[in-house]
Amino acid sequence: MKNDVPPTAILPDSFTRWFVERGWSPRPHQLELLDKAQAGKSVLLIAPTGAGKTLAGFLPSLTDLAMRPKRKPGEAYRGIHTLYISPLKALAVDIERNLGKPVEGIGLDVNIETRTGDTPTHKRQRQKLDPPDILLTTPEQLALLLSSKDSERFFSGLRYVVLDELHSLVTSKRGHLLALGLARLHRFLPDLQTIGLSATVADPDALRRWLVPQRPPGAMADLITVQGGAKPVITILESEERVPWAGHTAQYAISEIYDAVKRHRTTLLFVNTRSQAERLFGELWRINEDTLPIALHHGSLDVGQRRRVESAMEANALRAVVATSTLDLGIDWGDVDLVIHVGAPKGASRLAQRIGRSNHRMDEPSRGILVPANRFEVLECRAAIEANYVGAQDTPPLMAGSLDVLAQHVMGMACAEPFDEAELLDEVRMSEPYAKLDADTFGKVVQFVATGGYSLRSYERYARIRQTKEGKWRVSHPRYAQQYRLNVGTIIEAPMLNVRLTRQRGKGANAFGGPVLGKVEEYFLETLSPGDTFLFSGRMLRFEGIRENECYVTNAAGEDARVPSYAGGKFPLSTYLAAEVRGMLADPERWHVLPDQVAGWLELQREKSMLPRPGDLLIETFPRGKRFYMVAYPFEGRLAHQTLGMLLTRRLERGGARPLGFVATDYSLAVWAHGDIGKLHRNGKLPFSELFDEDMLGDDLEAWLAESWMLKRSFRNCAVIAGLIEKRHPGQEKTGRQVTVSADLIYDVLRTHEPDHILLRATRADAGAGLLDVSRLADMLSRIKGRIVHKALDRISPLAVPVMMEIGKERVKGEADDILLSEAEDELIREAMGEE
Amino acid sequence: MNAEPEKSQFAGEIVIAGELAVCDARGALYFPDLGLLTVSDLHLEKGSAFARRGQLLPPYDTAATLQKLAGVIASYTPRTVISLGDSFHDGGGANRMPQPFRDSLLELMLGCEWLWVAGNHDPDAPADLPGTTVDELAIGGLRFRHEPLPGASAGEIAGHLHPGAVVVHRGRAVRRRCFATDGDRLIMPAFGAYTGMLNVLDKAYKGLFRWETFVAHMLGDSRVFAISRRLLRGS
Repeated sequence: MKNDVPPTAILPDSFTRWFVERGWSPRPHQLELLDKAQAGKSVLLIAPTGAGKTLAGFLPSLTDLAMRPKRKPGEAYRGIHTLYISPLKALAVDIERNLGKPVEGIGLDVNIETRTGDTPTHKRQRQKLDPPDILLTTPEQLALLLSSKDSERFFSGLRYVVLDELHSLVTSKRGHLLALGLARLHRFLPDLQTIGLSATVADPDALRRWLVPQRPPGAMADLITVQGGAKPVITILESEERVPWAGHTAQYAISEIYDAVKRHRTTLLFVNTRSQAERLFGELWRINEDTLPIALHHGSLDVGQRRRVESAMEANALRAVVATSTLDLGIDWGDVDLVIHVGAPKGASRLAQRIGRSNHRMDEPSRGILVPANRFEVLECRAAIEANYVGAQDTPPLMAGSLDVLAQHVMGMACAEPFDEAELLDEVRMSEPYAKLDADTFGKVVQFVATGGYSLRSYERYARIRQTKEGKWRVSHPRYAQQYRLNVGTIIEAPMLNVRLTRQRGKGANAFGGPVLGKVEEYFLETLSPGDTFLFSGRMLRFEGIRENECYVTNAAGEDARVPSYAGGKFPLSTYLAAEVRGMLADPERWHVLPDQVAGWLELQREKSMLPRPGDLLIETFPRGKRFYMVAYPFEGRLAHQTLGMLLTRRLERGGARPLGFVATDYSLAVWAHGDIGKLHRNGKLPFSELFDEDMLGDDLEAWLAESWMLKRSFRNCAVIAGLIEKRHPGQEKTGRQVTVSADLIYDVLRTHEPDHILLRATRADAGAGLLDVSRLADMLSRIKGRIVHKALDRISPLAVPVMMEIGKERVKGEADDILLSEAEDELIREAMGEE
Repeated sequence: MNAEPEKSQFAGEIVIAGELAVCDARGALYFPDLGLLTVSDLHLEKGSAFARRGQLLPPYDTAATLQKLAGVIASYTPRTVISLGDSFHDGGGANRMPQPFRDSLLELMLGCEWLWVAGNHDPDAPADLPGTTVDELAIGGLRFRHEPLPGASAGEIAGHLHPGAVVVHRGRAVRRRCFATDGDRLIMPAFGAYTGMLNVLDKAYKGLFRWETFVAHMLGDSRVFAISRRLLRGS
C-alpha cells in the first residue's frame, strides 16, 4: 500500500457518522479502494478473511448511490447500479444479510435483492421491470440476463461489478462463462468498473488482467494487497495413539478430536470428501457423551437441512460442524474459535483459506489443528504448515477459455440479438481467458452452434442459428432460445437420485412415503443390492430399491456399513506440497519436527531400503506371494498416478511382464505382475529408463484415452455445456431409451468419424488439464529422466506399506469391462459345475 | 474396423428352440444351418431425426451402423438377412439417407435375400429400397417379429425392447447390450449406433421369460459373455 499518498477518497458524512457511532474507522485499504474507484479505476483487492473485504468492495457503490439525486415521482427506472457476483448461492444470501446492516445504519435509500436459481419466477419477472439498485447474483443468472433481448437497456445504468471470491471463480468453467458475460457488459459500457475480491493467490496479475478488457492485451486492474493479520496458530494433532500406515478416516484420533471440540466454543471440522464427513460425524456422535450439538453440512444434503445448520451456526447454537468444501468460501457464520482439518489439506492455499474461517477478525490469530489420517499425511500436513508460515501459495494457474463454454455463450448472444461474427470475436477476445482465441477456432465454434459443425454438411436445413441477408447470425426458431435458457450453466452434476427414508423394509422399490434426506449419485447407487448398508446424512441406511428418480432406504442404525464409501470431490496433492514432501523425506535434519513414530518409520525405511534424494524417483521391486511388485514414489497426486498406472501396465504387457493390476495413492503407485519387473530391468529387457520414458505420452496415451471412461465423462460434460445434448432436469422422469442418445455412443461415433471436432478438442483440453493430470505427469517424466533409482528388495519396504494396504480396498476404475465381465461369467461356470 | 477378428473368437453359440445360433458380439444373430443372419433395431438416420428437432447429433450414425453391418455380413456371408424392424428411426428416414450411405446399403443387399420386418418406427416398406417387407416371418420352428408377443412364445426371435444388462463386479457396474434368452425365446440387442438399452429386469419384460433358465449374453468388446440372472442388477 502506498501510504505516502494521502487518501483523497470522498466519504459522505453519513458514512463517517456511521463508523464513528460504532467506534470504528474505515480501514486504509477500504479508503484506498474507494479512492481508486472514484478515480474511475477497476481494482483487485487481495486480503485475508476478516479484513472487511465485503464492505470495501461495496463502499464505492454505496457512496455513489448515497450521493445520487433522489428519484422523482414518475421518473423512469434507473436500472441496476451494481452487480455483485459470487460463486455460491448461499454467499449471495449471506451478503444480502450483511450489507443490510450498514445500509440501514447509514440510512441509505438503496434496494438490494438476490437473484439465483432459487428465486421464484414472479420475482425474477418483477426484477426485470423494476430492477433493484444492487443485484446479488451468480454467473449463470448473469448469462441468462445477457441473453434476453433488452439486455443492453436493462444494464444501461450499471456502474460497478463486484466479483467476490474471484480466486475460486476464475479457475473453473463458470469463470469462463462469467468472463464472457463481463466482456459483453464491457462492450455495452466502456466505462464500467470492476472490483475483484480475492484471497491470496499465486499469480495476482492473472486476476488483474481478468478484471479488465484485454485491450490492449495485458491491461490490468489496479492492485491493493492487504497483508495477513496475525499469523495463524496451526498445530498437528500429537496423538497418543498409533498413526495408521494407510487409510483416510483418522479414526485413531477421534477421542482427541472430541476433546478439542469440548475445549472450544465452536469448532469447524473440515474434511476433503463427503464420505469422510459422514464417517467423522458418525464417529463423533458415537462418543458424544455430553450430547454436544454437532451438525453435518455437505453439498448432497437436502437444502432445508443445510439452511437449518447454517442458521443454528449463525445463532451460535452449535458446538461443532463437520463440513466439506460447501463451507470453504467466505461465508461468515457464528463465532468459530477452532478449525480442525481432518486428513491432509492437499494444498497450502486451501489450508490457509480453511484455517482462516476461525476468529474472523484480522488482529487475532486463527487457531487450527491438523489431523493427518496416515503417516504420509503427517509429512504432508507438516509441509503445509511450513508453507503457510512462509506464505507460499499454490493456487492453480488459469486455463485458456474452454470451447464448450464459448459455444454456449455464442448461442446466448444470438438469443439476445443478431450478431456479427467478427464483432463478437472482438468482444470475446476482450476477456482474459479468450484473449488469444484465433479466428479459425471461433469460426468453428459458430459453425458448431449453427449446424453442429460437421464436415458432412447435411444439417444445413436444421440450423439453429442462420445468417441474415446482412450477414448477421440470428436464432432460427424461438424454441432454440428456450432450449438455451433451460440449459444455461457449466455445472454438470452426475445424475443424482433423491434418497427417501421409508419405514417399509423389504418392500424394495414398492415402498413409499417418508422424508427426502438428500441426493446421491446414480452411479453409486447402481452398485448397491437391496439390503446393502451405507452411511448418508449422518445415518446408517439400508438400500431397498430404486423407483424412477428416487432411491428408497430404511433405517439401519446399529448395523455396520457394508459399502464403505462413495466418491466425493477429491483434490489432488498440489505440485508445491508434493515437492515439499519430497524435500522433507530426503532430509533427516528436518525429521525432528515429526512425531517419533513417523520419524522412526522413515528411519526404518532408510535402513531396510533407501530414501530418494529430492529430484530422484525411487522404484522398489520385491516378490510377495506368487507375484512380483513394483512400487514407485513420484508424489504427483492420485490422478497423475492413475494415468501413469494405466500407461505402465500397457507397456509392461508388451514387455512380457504380464501385469495384473495397479493401485495409486497421492504419494506412490504399486504395480503387480506374474513376471519379475525388477529382473526385466536388470537384464536390460525392459529397463526402467525405457519403461518410464516420456514417449508413453504419445501413442500409448492416445490409445488409452480413446477408451478411457474419464474421457467419456468429460465429453458428456462438454456436450451438455455446448448444447449438443440436454441437461437432465430434476424431477424429469428417467428418460426412455428412444428419447435420448447416450453421450458415450455419440462420443464413439464422433471419435471414429471426426476426431478433430471442436467438442473433442474441448474434451481433450479438459482431460489434459484436470481429469488426467497429463501435464503434471509430463513434467514428472521429464524431471526424473536419468534420475531413477532402483532398489531390488526381497520383501516389502516400510514406505511401500501404505500403498500396498490400498490393494483390494480400491474400487476398480479404468479396468477393461471385458475383464470384469469374464470374471462374472466364470461364476456362472462354477455354478454350472456345482462348485458353489 | 480394419482387421475383422475370426468369428469364433467373437461369438457364443447357443441353441434356441432346437436351432443352433451364434450370438455375435457386434449384436447380430446367425443361424449357420439356415445361412440366416438377423439384426434388429438399426434405427438408421436416428441422428438426422434428432437434428430435425434441433439436437444436432453427429450425422455419422448411419455410416457407423452400416459399417458394422458390413463387417458382420462379411464374417458370415449369409444367404438371407432379416432386419427385424425399426430399421429406420422414422418413416422419412429412408428418404433422408444421404446418397453415399444409400449406395453402401444397396451394396450390402446384393447377393442375399433381404427381408425388412415392419417395426413400430417404420411400419411401411422403406422407400425405394429393394428387399421384401413383411409383418412377421416363420422359418422352421422360429418366428421372427419385431415386438415380442405377451406371454411365453417358443421359437420367437424379436427385437423392439433393446435389451441391456448390468453386472456389478468388484465395486463397478458394467452396462452392456445383450441377447436376452431363456432358451425358448430370444430378444435381440439393438444394432444401431445411437440406440440405447432397457435393462432386462425392467417391468417391460414381465412374463416374457422363464427366469430359471434365463441368460443375458452381454456384448463385450472382444466377445459375448453369458451372465446368469442371479448376477444381474436392476436400474
